[in-house]
Amino acid sequence: MELLREYLPILIFLGIAVGLAVVIVVASLVVARQNPDSEKLSAYECGFEPFQDARKKFDVRFYLVAILFIIFDLEVAFLFPWAVSLGRLGLLGFWSMIVFLGVLTVGFIYEWRKGALEWE
Amino acid sequence: MIIQAVCFYVFAAVAVASGVMVISARNPVHSVLFLILAFFNAAALFVLLGAEFLAMILVIVYVGAVAVLFLFVVMMLDINFVELRHGFLQYLPIGALIGFILFAELVLVIGYWALAPNIASVLAAPLPATAQVTNTQALGDLLYTRYIYAFQASGIVLLIAMIGAIVLTLRARAGVRRQDSSAQVYRPRAASVEIVKIEVGKGV
Repeated sequence: MELLREYLPILIFLGIAVGLAVVIVVASLVVARQNPDSEKLSAYECGFEPFQDARKKFDVRFYLVAILFIIFDLEVAFLFPWAVSLGRLGLLGFWSMIVFLGVLTVGFIYEWRKGALEWE
Repeated sequence: MIIQAVCFYVFAAVAVASGVMVISARNPVHSVLFLILAFFNAAALFVLLGAEFLAMILVIVYVGAVAVLFLFVVMMLDINFVELRHGFLQYLPIGALIGFILFAELVLVIGYWALAPNIASVLAAPLPATAQVTNTQALGDLLYTRYIYAFQASGIVLLIAMIGAIVLTLRARAGVRRQDSSAQVYRPRAASVEIVKIEVGKGV
């Protein structure tokens, strides 16, 4: 209970954010003049379409960067509880994290040597 | 207490509703955005359970990284999603079956939890009171010593994921010009500059 009381400001903030978003959307629906016309959405004379699909194919290398980011993100996520309770863990806990970091450093050296971090 | 209950029902309802929207949204990008909303609500439910660290990790890892990866996948695949949607009803029985199996498992677990008389004594690691030990510390006390094999195995899994991603996506490209700074620094002046003496009135 004590823990949840600390989260009350976040809840209030969330309420304000949701309320503000609803107010903005509803106000633009109610206050603004709505005058829809199919001509507004069609191409001007022979120009390009004003609205089209925003999806575009990406290079697969963005995916590689994102997946490497996730892996190191997880590595850092494992470091947080370790850092908090390092005083109680003793030598085994310390070296267990060092071995974990060593395994991931092997992967890091591998990707560095392969040139996965280089663009061009 | 009442605020807690209201929050639980609101977050749970939004999580379920956004889960439904993930599979029914017409635009796959909207599906991913609803998935992010579901992640946020799951994080709020974790906070309500007192699992702060898991909630924050859910926001950082799933919302910050995995959802971005999903967006990349959605963007990268060149699939006609309208065409893909035609098979939607075809997969409904399989999806319903999997959902039913998961639901039955949940019912079994929670049923045992509610019915067994001394379930609290058979826990491998009982949850300490959040007033004395924070969630992060409770995890840290167990994860690196008691569950050291699982922890090291997760390191190996991450290493394999890293190598797999590199092997699958990295390929040598022809005609790529990379910067080699030591070659730039050690380049002699004569290799780049040439002094030409031109006589007057002759031109080059």
